[in-house]
Amino acid sequence: MSVTEPEQIDARERDLLCMVTAGSVDDGKSTLIGRLLLDLDVLPHDQLAAIEQTARRNGHSAPNLAHLTDGLRAERDQGITIDVGYRFFATPNRRFIVADVPGHEQYTRNMVTGASTAELALVLIDARKGMTHQSRRHIFLTRLLGTPSLVVAVNKMDMVDYSETAFAAIKTEMATFCATLGIGEVHFVPVSALKGDNIVHPGGAMPWYRGETILELLEGLDVTSRLGAGPLRMPVQMVSRPQSAEHPDFRGYMGRIESGSIRIGDIIRIQPSGLSSVVTDILAGKTNLPEASYPQSVTLCLADDIDVGRGDLIADAAEPAKVARQIDAMLCWLDDKPLDRGRDYLIKHGTALVRGRFTDLGGTIDIDSLAEAPIGPAPGQNDIFRATIKLQRPVAYDNYGDNRTTGAFVVIDETSNATVAAGMIGVDIP
Amino acid sequence: MTVSLFPSNRDHGVPAAQARRVSDLDRLESMAIHVLREVAATFENPALMFSGGKDSTVLLHLAEKAFWPGPLPFPLLHIDTGHNFPEVIEFRDRIASQFGARLVVRKVEDTIAQGRVAEKRPGQSRNAMQTVTLLDAINELGFDACIGGARRDEEKARAKERVFSFRDECGQWSPREQRPELWHLYNTKIEPGQHMRVFPLSNWTEIDIWRYIAQEGIELPDLYFAHDRRVVRRGDKLLVDSPLTGIEAHEEPETLLVRFRTVGDISCTCPVESAALTPDAIIAETLTSRISERGATRLDDTTSEASMELRKLEGYF
Ligand SMILES: Nc1nc2c(ncn2[C@@H]2O[C@H](COP(=O)(O)OP(=O)(O)O)[C@@H](O)[C@H]2O)c(=O)[nH]1
Repeated sequence: MSVTEPEQIDARERDLLCMVTAGSVDDGKSTLIGRLLLDLDVLPHDQLAAIEQTARRNGHSAPNLAHLTDGLRAERDQGITIDVGYRFFATPNRRFIVADVPGHEQYTRNMVTGASTAELALVLIDARKGMTHQSRRHIFLTRLLGTPSLVVAVNKMDMVDYSETAFAAIKTEMATFCATLGIGEVHFVPVSALKGDNIVHPGGAMPWYRGETILELLEGLDVTSRLGAGPLRMPVQMVSRPQSAEHPDFRGYMGRIESGSIRIGDIIRIQPSGLSSVVTDILAGKTNLPEASYPQSVTLCLADDIDVGRGDLIADAAEPAKVARQIDAMLCWLDDKPLDRGRDYLIKHGTALVRGRFTDLGGTIDIDSLAEAPIGPAPGQNDIFRATIKLQRPVAYDNYGDNRTTGAFVVIDETSNATVAAGMIGVDIP
Repeated sequence: MTVSLFPSNRDHGVPAAQARRVSDLDRLESMAIHVLREVAATFENPALMFSGGKDSTVLLHLAEKAFWPGPLPFPLLHIDTGHNFPEVIEFRDRIASQFGARLVVRKVEDTIAQGRVAEKRPGQSRNAMQTVTLLDAINELGFDACIGGARRDEEKARAKERVFSFRDECGQWSPREQRPELWHLYNTKIEPGQHMRVFPLSNWTEIDIWRYIAQEGIELPDLYFAHDRRVVRRGDKLLVDSPLTGIEAHEEPETLLVRFRTVGDISCTCPVESAALTPDAIIAETLTSRISERGATRLDDTTSEASMELRKLEGYF
């Protein structure tokens, strides 16, 4: 079998990039991703055939590109995407996991979910509508969730006569908003997802635009080099004590390195206890390593028999995390039941699960003014607010801006077991 | 308004060891191991669904890596449709003992004998019937988490699937009941009678599975590689010459060089013509064939664009 081009595209090692797409309903997110896949020529033939068949059945002349990403039947019937869906594709230099996030305001929780793991956000704006309350919300959320790179696609340019003025006006307004949020680098691209301008191929109808296409940005932006930067942080998932004939005395601490690196001989600190020890062995599977780094899952052996368990953090002794029984955080409430201040909640932070109670509540953040507005009786679904949480036990944490793992937590309602909120430590309003 | 809303990233150098480029497979492997360890740490009685197929074999390999030098902290569970290729069953048993794992098998045949499901016609695909046997097994053995090898790239309904997928007391999956999954903070809390399906390979694609098999030298049943087999050509599909595939009298079996892309229920698993003898050759073929895995080799998913979703609602894998 001859090795053809797709081999070079798909089988070699590349950066893996997590990306989130956001936009209001009908801005064209599904169409844009569909167009990207179509023009990259990476779609399986039977998938193409399925959407062509659907188009014929419904009497449409061209297949609906959005159907390539719209998943569930219920939402096809309603004509909207109701939950986060994941798509995979590869370009010559990178491969992508795309969280496709529906845009309706009531689904902020999906946006927050998709953005939490994203390294790049692609926000869509309808050129006819310009920057809306929704777009502000999407930009705000990508910033809140610390998504490192931001690309704004001004879509449906074909419906505004590919007007440079229209694009420039949106870009100016949006850039100002982004600057207010402290977002340094934003890329704007005028596109038509439907016709394919500036998605994979440069837009012939917009000779005034000399910048990059969506594909060029997705491939070229430096996103991955900073991932995992920072001092060593490894939340302990489990303790390994096989007590077997072959390994009678083995004791190791299992976890994933969320930032930094570790070598045999390094001094580490166990947090929150504060005990220190020296790394004597690093195992990855059956292999003993001299050193390991983000994002490896490893098992560490230590020189001392100290008390370490699930929920503890193994940190660089020279640059340990902070330890406290109280955390200040920005939260996004996800559940339809509002926050009950009189109750305890479970806080899942790293591998720790700690009971906590909301003490101080700040106001909700008004997305348009970015000011803090007085909060109602209690934060409800989609509210973004500042709060102080008192914990039953201390936790070891970093500010979210420094570490997206040790700075993040979710809130669990013990009666429903629902995940009710997402929290980011040390992200505060002035 | 000032910019102090968000603290800037501290300026830390990139760790030295990271100069070594982190490949996409490294990241996927580490995510999967992280998930497997979360399961072992937070559930009392998990099981790993193991069929001897390539995805569950990769899963088993990852589990060994995750817990080494300790033993596998969960048994293997296979729901035997009774329509399996004998080579796959042989492989299943051999690999399970090689990994020192406890293998629990529950048979669709027994569920039929108990009258819990009925076969509408002999030789009918038992893919959907497995659901009842699986849920019975979960009840009987009290599993609170079942680890499966499903991937999001397999099918559109799967694309919405969580890594930790919550199932209610009836074992049912409801898209609206799924918990938001933020960062890698999985909410693993459930009540007695409920369970979790866990998919550590969620973000892997078919090619990743093959690349990993090649990279790690993972053994698979021979069926995955090119071999001679009696088949019947029907439309653009090849059917195995077996009493289970409903070959009709006028159809003339021929011997072709084929391999299987999935090795499930004989009655609905079709081989593809291929000369590929190694994982690398399969990768090369897969990349050029451009027919998605289920489309090419499963008869039951093409009936309706949404048939997988219907089966998932009932509690399928
Ligand atoms: N004229 C025009 N229509 C578009 C464009 N992109 C998307 N659409 C149409 O806008 C509608 C909504 O698109 P869709 O991708 O479903 O939006 P989503 O809700 O953001 O996923 C569909 O009818 C698309 O055909 C575009 O660039 N130009």
